[in-house]
Amino acid sequence: MAQLLKRLRYHIAVFFAVIGPGFITAVVDNDSGGIVTYSQAGARWGYLPLWTLLPITVVLIITQEMCSRMGAVTEKGLSDLIREEYGLRVTFVMMTVLVLANVTNVMAEFAGIASSLELFHVSRFVSVPVCAVAVWFLAVKGNYRSVEKIFLFACVVYITYVVSGFLVKPDWKTAAIDTVKPVLMLDASYINMLIGMVGTTIAPWMQFYLQAAVVEKGITAKAYAESRIEVIVGCLLTSVIAFFIIVSCAGAIWSVHPRDINDGKEAALGLEPFGQYAVLLFAAGLFNASIFAASILPLSTAYSVCEGMGFESGVNKTFREAPVFYWLYTLLIAVGAGVILLPNFPLFKMILWSQVLNGVLLPFVLIFMILLVNNKRLMNEWTNSRPANAIAWLTVIVMIGLTLALVGTSIQGMG
Amino acid sequence: MAGNFLYFTELLNLPVYDLKHRRIGRVRDAALVPLVHQSRVDRFLVGAGSSWLSIRFDQISGISLEGIQLSDEKLFPYHSDEYMLRMGRDLLDQQIIDVNGRKVVRVNDVTLEIQRTSEFDQLYVMEVDIGLRSVVRRLLQGAVPRKLIRTLQQPIAINSIRWEFCNIVEADPQRRLRLNISHDKLELMHPADLADIVEELGPAEREAIFETIDSEVAADTLSEMDSKTQASILESLEPEVAADIVEEMARDEAADVLGELEEETSNEILEEMEQADKTEVTELLEFEEDTAGGLMNTEYASLPEHATVTDAIVMLRENEELLENLNLILLVDGQGRLTGAVHLARLFLAAGEITLKSLAQDPLIKAHVDMTQDRVTELFDKYNIFTLPVVDGAGMLSGVITADDIISVLRQK
Repeated sequence: MAQLLKRLRYHIAVFFAVIGPGFITAVVDNDSGGIVTYSQAGARWGYLPLWTLLPITVVLIITQEMCSRMGAVTEKGLSDLIREEYGLRVTFVMMTVLVLANVTNVMAEFAGIASSLELFHVSRFVSVPVCAVAVWFLAVKGNYRSVEKIFLFACVVYITYVVSGFLVKPDWKTAAIDTVKPVLMLDASYINMLIGMVGTTIAPWMQFYLQAAVVEKGITAKAYAESRIEVIVGCLLTSVIAFFIIVSCAGAIWSVHPRDINDGKEAALGLEPFGQYAVLLFAAGLFNASIFAASILPLSTAYSVCEGMGFESGVNKTFREAPVFYWLYTLLIAVGAGVILLPNFPLFKMILWSQVLNGVLLPFVLIFMILLVNNKRLMNEWTNSRPANAIAWLTVIVMIGLTLALVGTSIQGMG
Repeated sequence: MAGNFLYFTELLNLPVYDLKHRRIGRVRDAALVPLVHQSRVDRFLVGAGSSWLSIRFDQISGISLEGIQLSDEKLFPYHSDEYMLRMGRDLLDQQIIDVNGRKVVRVNDVTLEIQRTSEFDQLYVMEVDIGLRSVVRRLLQGAVPRKLIRTLQQPIAINSIRWEFCNIVEADPQRRLRLNISHDKLELMHPADLADIVEELGPAEREAIFETIDSEVAADTLSEMDSKTQASILESLEPEVAADIVEEMARDEAADVLGELEEETSNEILEEMEQADKTEVTELLEFEEDTAGGLMNTEYASLPEHATVTDAIVMLRENEELLENLNLILLVDGQGRLTGAVHLARLFLAAGEITLKSLAQDPLIKAHVDMTQDRVTELFDKYNIFTLPVVDGAGMLSGVITADDIISVLRQK
């Protein structure tokens, strides 16, 4: 008995030691683009889209688990592995698309910062530059451990969505039923919404970030059992938050009058009839999500690119030692934040472009992941089991189908 | 012919011509046989139809950007590559250690030197290319003529590492022997640099390095790492190898790292250690990690309190290994109780016959084994000391805490 208790205590201790990568990745997943997508789904379709969250969670868990396992076993990042196994040219093409996709993602995050803080009556000409500088310094001057703590705290702030979900007093019974009852309609905008939900939840950059974070954290194959739990809990958390965002908008906007909304600010304002608190909580959540993702995306991109291409990288190096790394990191933030301040910048179009690029990149990333995770030389006894592979390939095929559809509709939207 | 060098990416896909100047195929890879020569390209693997041929360096009469001219008709099919370091497969895109620049780098390309004799042209590995120039070259290779690429890359600065400063890391011990790969060069680096490098590598490579380098270097390197990495490295090693390394570590660090391991593993390692080392480390393991006992080291210089300056100098001459980091000589009475401490520098100013007791610092600053880490740090700060003696409940001298231990503690906060 005492032995059992001791083992249990050991596992709990290890679990707390590995907390970080999975939670942060999964929660950053609900970035400003994600929040807009979920809000839009709830405002337009009410509780109907809730059923998609279950399959999305499964797919999310499968992809995230593979990445963190690769990180723990090989102790190398995803771009490192792709480079070593598939050569420079493949890596270069992937990294180029990743940078292009992520620079637009960063724009979306800064747009989220701007519109959420405008609800608190802060001009975007103040909020965006201040946040951009703060984000830059946070990563360059802070050390990973303290930055991770700030991020973990930011995960807690997502609770605001749960609170605003309760404040709008939604129809819980319908919500519960719709969560488990799939509804398919051959309506173009309904299908678009479904694809959008999947697309924003599983993005290429996450795979690179999660694996790199697992390596950075020093999680090894030995602590992997606990790390897997952390990843899974993180994925569940993502879906719980998504659930409350949809429910909030369904209860506040759809139940009054179903309509389309275009940004997070509009969603927050839709909560007005339920009191200023609901609006402010929603806005605070949006700000938190945007700045959180804005801190992670540029850094993660710079790391992936430099590691894959063999340039010096790391915030513990000086500017002179790792020039490519710092230039890339700085440019991503400067461009991402800068365009938000341009008066006539076609942001909406850029975000559609980013979805296309993400969609083009994702199938390749997923296929490389499955091939790598099944490489015996790299993974030893940690390769996928047969059933896991079957599910993983099925996931990839579904994802490819959905993202191709998303690319198609995005291109249509641009035309 | 442009210059007397050739990049490996230029060599790839270069056409190969036989004696009658018929094209027999294209170069698919090239290999060194390190047991024979460390830098000469020994074999050219040429794709001819569906199979590969292995062409030896002395079967080639000319090498240029236009192609390779053979001087021999007798060609052999390529089968075994046990003794070959294949540049395309084993070097390109892989990580190697730049011993001189003290960092882990990824190979983009290799610069080969063409040495021409009347009989044949030979290639020698000169440098390993990293950085932007080689990235551009490699991306364009195949799409743009070779000569044009050479012109285009001109404005970009060269970033290369000389072959003799490159250290390949091979995880498989059998292959390491066949390819004559050693990690000797790594032993010349400062342990702190080596530690940074090793932390960047994957687990298999890390293990390979710790298994092959000298155990004293391994111990110094391990001391520079954080406790989690230390533990995972020791766990991956055979207990005998791990024990050899732990024996070379300072006692307090050895105890710390063993305390970090699972009990089973640390017992296995302790079993393999020499009796004397084992006893000392086991004693230290008894203390809580964040107390004076857990911080202290059992390597110190002590003398009976009636000893003279001459005695002290004799003792130091006989125990040279203590000199590093030593700045206090501790005095004990007949029962081993701590009675005083003398600054090393005092010995230089005192005459030989003076007793150490008269030189002792006043008051004597010491810590009890159970004193908390925070209190110990406070003592260091308050009295500006470098070494703090630690005593047990009976006042017996148990060990010393040195300033470097305190710096580690503070860094971890």
